[in-house]
Amino acid sequence: MSGEGTLATVKRGLALSPELRTGLGGTIVLAVLQMAGRVAVPIAVQQGIDHGIRAPGGPDLGVVVRIVAITLGALMISTLCGYLMTRRLFTVSETALSGLRQRTFRHIHDLSMLHQQSERRGSMVSRVTSDVDQISQFLQTGGVQLLLATGQLLVSAVVMFVYSWQLALVVLLAFGPAVGVIRLFQKRLAEVYRAVRERTGVMLGAVAESVVGATVIRSYGVAGRTQARLDSSIEDLRVAQQRAMRTSVTSFSSGEIGAGLALAGVVVVGVWLGADGALTVGQLTAFLFLVTLFIQPVQIATDMLNEAQNAVAGWRRILDVLDVEPDVADPDDQGVELPVGPLSVRFADVSFRYPGGPIVLSGVDLTLDARRKYAVVGETGSGKTTFAKLLTRLMDPAQGEVLLSGTPLTSVRFASLRSRVVMVPQDGFLFDATVAENIRFAEPSLTGEQLRAAFVELGLVDWLDGLPQGLETEVGERGEALSVGERQLVALVRAYVADPDLLVLDEATSAVDPATEVRLQHALDLVTRGRTTVAIAHRLSTAQSADEVIVVDAGRVVQRGPHARLVAEEGSIYAKLYASWLEQTRS
Amino acid sequence: MLGRGLRVLGHAIRTEPRLFIVGAIGSSLFGLLIIANSYVVGWVIGHVVVPSFASHQVDTGRLWLVAAIFLGISGLRVASIFGRRLGAGFMQFRLQARYRRAVTGRYLSLPPAWHQRHATGTLLSNANSDVEAAWGPIAPLPFAVGTIVMLIAAMISLFLTDWVLALVGATLFPALFGLNLVYSRRMSPRQIRAQQMRGKVSAVAHESFDGALVVKTMGREADESRRFGVFVDELRDSLIAVGRLRGLFDPLMDSLPSLGTLAVLLLGAWRLRSGAIGVADVVSVAFLFTVLAFPVRAIGWVVGELPRSVAGWDRVRAVLDAEGDLAYGDGSLPGAGPAELRFDQVRFSYGEGPQILHDVSFTVPSGRTVALVGATGSGKSTIASLAVRLVDPESGSIGIDGVKLPDLALSALAGAAALVPQVPFVFDDTVRGNIALDRPGVDDEAVRDALALAQADRFVAGLPDGLDTAVGERGTSLSGGQRQRLTLARALAGKPRLLVLDDATSAVDPRVEAAILGALRASDARASVLVVAYRRATIALADQVVYLERGRVVATGTHAELMTFHAGYQDLVTAYEKAEHQE
Ligand SMILES: Nc1ncnc2c1ncn2[C@@H]1O[C@H](COP(=O)(O)OP(=O)(O)O)[C@@H](O)[C@H]1O
Ligand SMILES: Nc1ncnc2c1ncn2[C@@H]1O[C@H](COP(=O)(O)OP(=O)(O)O)[C@@H](O)[C@H]1O
Ligand SMILES: [Mg+2]
Ligand SMILES: [Mg+2]
Repeated sequence: MSGEGTLATVKRGLALSPELRTGLGGTIVLAVLQMAGRVAVPIAVQQGIDHGIRAPGGPDLGVVVRIVAITLGALMISTLCGYLMTRRLFTVSETALSGLRQRTFRHIHDLSMLHQQSERRGSMVSRVTSDVDQISQFLQTGGVQLLLATGQLLVSAVVMFVYSWQLALVVLLAFGPAVGVIRLFQKRLAEVYRAVRERTGVMLGAVAESVVGATVIRSYGVAGRTQARLDSSIEDLRVAQQRAMRTSVTSFSSGEIGAGLALAGVVVVGVWLGADGALTVGQLTAFLFLVTLFIQPVQIATDMLNEAQNAVAGWRRILDVLDVEPDVADPDDQGVELPVGPLSVRFADVSFRYPGGPIVLSGVDLTLDARRKYAVVGETGSGKTTFAKLLTRLMDPAQGEVLLSGTPLTSVRFASLRSRVVMVPQDGFLFDATVAENIRFAEPSLTGEQLRAAFVELGLVDWLDGLPQGLETEVGERGEALSVGERQLVALVRAYVADPDLLVLDEATSAVDPATEVRLQHALDLVTRGRTTVAIAHRLSTAQSADEVIVVDAGRVVQRGPHARLVAEEGSIYAKLYASWLEQTRS
Repeated sequence: MLGRGLRVLGHAIRTEPRLFIVGAIGSSLFGLLIIANSYVVGWVIGHVVVPSFASHQVDTGRLWLVAAIFLGISGLRVASIFGRRLGAGFMQFRLQARYRRAVTGRYLSLPPAWHQRHATGTLLSNANSDVEAAWGPIAPLPFAVGTIVMLIAAMISLFLTDWVLALVGATLFPALFGLNLVYSRRMSPRQIRAQQMRGKVSAVAHESFDGALVVKTMGREADESRRFGVFVDELRDSLIAVGRLRGLFDPLMDSLPSLGTLAVLLLGAWRLRSGAIGVADVVSVAFLFTVLAFPVRAIGWVVGELPRSVAGWDRVRAVLDAEGDLAYGDGSLPGAGPAELRFDQVRFSYGEGPQILHDVSFTVPSGRTVALVGATGSGKSTIASLAVRLVDPESGSIGIDGVKLPDLALSALAGAAALVPQVPFVFDDTVRGNIALDRPGVDDEAVRDALALAQADRFVAGLPDGLDTAVGERGTSLSGGQRQRLTLARALAGKPRLLVLDDATSAVDPRVEAAILGALRASDARASVLVVAYRRATIALADQVVYLERGRVVATGTHAELMTFHAGYQDLVTAYEKAEHQE
């Protein structure tokens, strides 16, 4: 994909943002009209010199005034066209690009969890920010200039041919080598600009890490090492930028040499032609003006082509993301709704491995009945979280199938799945907003009273009332203005108000103190009665109160059954886990 | 705005004077060559073209000379372009790099309290797009300076040619400046708004992707897109507002020089009739105005960028000038072996918020293990971060081995005390890099020992590249417990004399935990330990327990003592047992 040509990228980009073409015809017409105004000036100079200033009977002021007046009119129309064109261009391009930003944003959210995690956050953010900015900057400055330059190039070329085809040929010949050089440079430019964008991403990643990990860096006194890394990523970017600059200047200056050749050639050939009487002084003068009108756009175009490489590099990064089909996809219209009522779960011979890793779950085959409460236990790294992610279809199994109430998960519409099945992940992520807003994330329609009622039902209202501003307390970025356990409480209430039929808790209260946890557990048991609950727990207190315990070891389900029975199986993994639990809680 | 913008530019020039001079000389040369070129064109028309057209004779020698002059000028121009562009570009890139280093340097030295007040997304854009914006006008700056030189030279040459034609220039150039000024004044608020909206969009995107898992599990993708869309729409509108203004000014600025050319034609004809000047003069001056049009735009570019530059610079300066650095002394902690930690009447609150800790006093005697127990939100993590001086108390004092923390050098403190935080943080690095952190004295052997001690050696051995496995951003490819053990190993590898464990062994088997704490009492790696824990097994390993309620130390003693004498403590630590009895 990354090897594709510039034009191919632009084509693909335009196909994905058809809005960019809205009213393109009109914009081009306006641009050409604006151009025509510029070309009017050298024509006026020629006419003025030949028919006014060098009029047979001495300078004829009347003629000059008439010519100037006409040109003035043309110039005003051209200015007006310029205004209208720029307005249109900005409106169309910004509207189209804001659509692109939103589409990319949505697409990133639609990608599978694993895919999201394989990308750095900073790099995903840049897809909807600076990469789009590059395109917009190019379209609005470079794009207009390129459009105008092309127009100017064509119009002045035509006028040159009208004045003197011989001289026009001289000009084209003079620029021939330059065009060759510029074309040759395009590929290198694409490479150096890609390097610039890549290294920008690396630098942003390094900055983000130094910000997010600031406390660790401080407490280990390793600011020196971190700064050294930052510095080298910053320097790498600078070196890449300078290399890109050198390449683009070299390419640009070849146009300048073409310009010198053209001027020299026009004078030499023009004088020969004029001496033969094939050309007037005014015509040759106009021609010299025309040559500059021809040179300017060539220079601008070279410059803009360089910038275009930068924009295309950004565009390509966006398209590469949009091209990825979400591998855990919403069946949407082809999908079905989950059957009403409490949900049962079936894992049919499910195996899973993370990309490039070993098998993490193998041959898991089990059924969980509706309305019951299950606890999943096992050592850390045994595959419990993986099990939960498969159950909630954050990932699809490599082999086997997961069914809810007999319906294969892969055929369930996301709208139905996500409203009926909710998981509280291991780290309760909160948004930088108030407690109330964080809970409304699950159910925007809830009133303040309803929110409060949810806290009451879960036995957390005392905690809520202890907060400085109650429901309106700001929780800080990622919830960092709350203690870790408090964050988990909010995340739990958030899942609770979503009112799911299958609730999956992945060590959702691991940082909460025992007394609170026990109280919460009781409250939760009451309010989730009649629904299916799967709780992954490191603390076996949860397991004890579950209807059934499922024991995972090294990716396999090794035991299942009620707590009392499993404990009685002497020498079993669960018996050992429980013994160790007793040891931790009773000593 | 203009004044402040120019001051920012002045600062840039003082920082990179040499590159600026290269750029300015290059572009002044460029400008002078443009003027020279116009006069050569005029001279060629007057002295070569007109005579030979009239006489139908070609002076070949002269003609070749003309060609050589044009080519010579062109060669010089190439040199001037290299000087101008590379000078300006390198200056811009160096300034960007310099300020990125400075800004990130501040990030590293500003205290956690400052970091908490600033969103990651904002800090990212300070180091990236704000620095970029601040030095945005640098690229066209030398060009603009060269253009000013050129305009002055043009004015002089105009006056030397003919004072009437010079008047055209004298009207035109100030008009261009004036237009630019109005432009920048009207543009400024729009640019600032656009830059703010850029920051917002970036912050929302960053947060939303950060919480992607929650968005997914709750099926809120559509709502998130809508939330993002609101900001994107505002950004779009603010950029369109910028575009409207540009649409108004750009074509005007484009056509002013053309007006000049027409005026020259008109006045030139009149002056020619009175015999004051020749055809060559009219051509030269008209040509001059034609070629001036483009470089004069460079001034507009600089002026147009100034508002954005000032906005960016202000945001960068806010980071550079931020205060509140923790001042470190130069004290050291002589001696080896476990260190004593002492809290004395410590009070603390986060910013303007309510008081979190009330007169907290306790001691971790040398070589002892003290457990810190309390309900969720009672202030345990706050005490842990005070103990390693991530924050300073409002009043009261904290000391290690009798030395007050603020008197210690950072290296002395970091070498002596290690905190394993409640939420493990893993760098986007290899396992080895994450544990060693390039600390002196932490070699491969120390890394392996620490991994073994944290019971992480087995799973690390199972990773595809062992110690060299990259663990991904924030350690995404590891399970939660594995991340915790990695950070535990990181702390142990430095052989600290005081270890602060903030609920850092919750995912570790109790036997493992006992082994770890036991090893810390053994002779070679002895350390004092402050451990935040809920588990009775862990608490029982401690020599002493400090029990907290709502930020107050309400009881201190051995576990057995507290069990007998403190009902609240008993309720907390026996909660599981009691729950079981009720079943
Ligand atoms: N995103 C990932 N990429 C690769 N390996 C992973 C990923 N997430 C987890 N693993 C590995 O899968 C195994 C099981 O992890 P997990 O299900 O999180 O365990 P736990 O039982 O502690 O919840 C671990 O060995 C872990 O290293
Ligand atoms: N950064 C912060 N800003 C404001 N309040 C905070 C911040 N961090 C913690 N708090 C509050 O301080 C109290 C103690 O928090 P903490 O020390 O993390 O408790 P814990 O005992 O659970 O570790 C809690 O009420 C919490 O809401
Ligand atoms: Mg897990
Ligand atoms: Mg805590």
